[in-house]
Amino acid sequence: MFNLFGKKRSAESAKDRLQLVLVHDRTDLTPAQLEALKNDLLAAISNYIDIDPDAVQIGLERDGRSQRLVADIPLRGLSRRRTG
Amino acid sequence: MTAQVITITSGKGGVGKTTAVANLATALAADGKKVVCIDGDIGLRNLDVILGLENRIVYDIVDVIEGRCKLKQAMIRDKHYPDLYLIPAAQTRDKNAVSPSDMVRICRDLRPDTDFVIIDSPAGIERGFRNSIAAADRVLVVTNPEVSAVRDADRVVGILEAEEKGSPSLILNRLNPALVRNNDMLSAEDVLDLLGIQLIGVVPEDEAVIIGSNRGAPVVTDPRSRAGQAFRNIARRLQGQDVPFMDLEGQSSFWSAIQRLTGRK
Repeated sequence: MFNLFGKKRSAESAKDRLQLVLVHDRTDLTPAQLEALKNDLLAAISNYIDIDPDAVQIGLERDGRSQRLVADIPLRGLSRRRTG
Repeated sequence: MTAQVITITSGKGGVGKTTAVANLATALAADGKKVVCIDGDIGLRNLDVILGLENRIVYDIVDVIEGRCKLKQAMIRDKHYPDLYLIPAAQTRDKNAVSPSDMVRICRDLRPDTDFVIIDSPAGIERGFRNSIAAADRVLVVTNPEVSAVRDADRVVGILEAEEKGSPSLILNRLNPALVRNNDMLSAEDVLDLLGIQLIGVVPEDEAVIIGSNRGAPVVTDPRSRAGQAFRNIARRLQGQDVPFMDLEGQSSFWSAIQRLTGRK
């Protein structure tokens, strides 16, 4: 997939770019709106549990023709509470 | 008989909708089916020239809708296939001269003694497109392996799903196998994965398509053309036959993957 200069072949760029564009087209959600949604989610969750904002991963994923919002939010205090 | 109404659409212009309509209609007629194709692109008529029937037009679809002629009078018989007809678009009117219910009514009148009605949708997602899908039993989306065409195809698929027209089938047109091998063109597998719909055919880029349209003789009539073969295969699939996909890659590992994906052996 990579040529001598380490540059991506163009078909791969096309696919990567389309994957992103289609997810935003289908959900009618701009990258900026998604960022705002993430921040709102984090703020809401933080009202109840202690989370590490830097470890949070929230994004849109494709599953055939449907999209899902996938969030992976590690909780900070939980393991500490369990072990000690 | 009762016709199956098939609409061919794409979102983006210039990807080969009219070429696909002309070729599929001709291939179905060559297989002995009675076929009526309708040019849905009011104001930008083109299916007539691709079929080589431009000199025979007397009445058009708007004349039928506005009662200036009977449906049969607007059906132009093909030069070579007596069971192939064209209902041309009006050239001097706009999309508002036709409504979705007009299309439904015309197709209802055609259904009893036709096998296939094939509607050539205009580009875009506005009135002309809505008219063209109104009567469809089945929709085929044409795209090219290019970012803009795939993006627009995805929009159209989304609208068709929202309109509960069912999931359309994909015609991937103008695939260049050498570019795909070189990883400089999206492969059929890539486009299917992106769009998430079923494949009905991949048509390789082929100079014979342009030569055919120059002459007003669709490429399916050229037995040596690879694109012609691809369109003949799609026409067979529309008739419910299980036709294997052509091996455009030269080596089949990738094609067998596609065939597994689409449930064809």
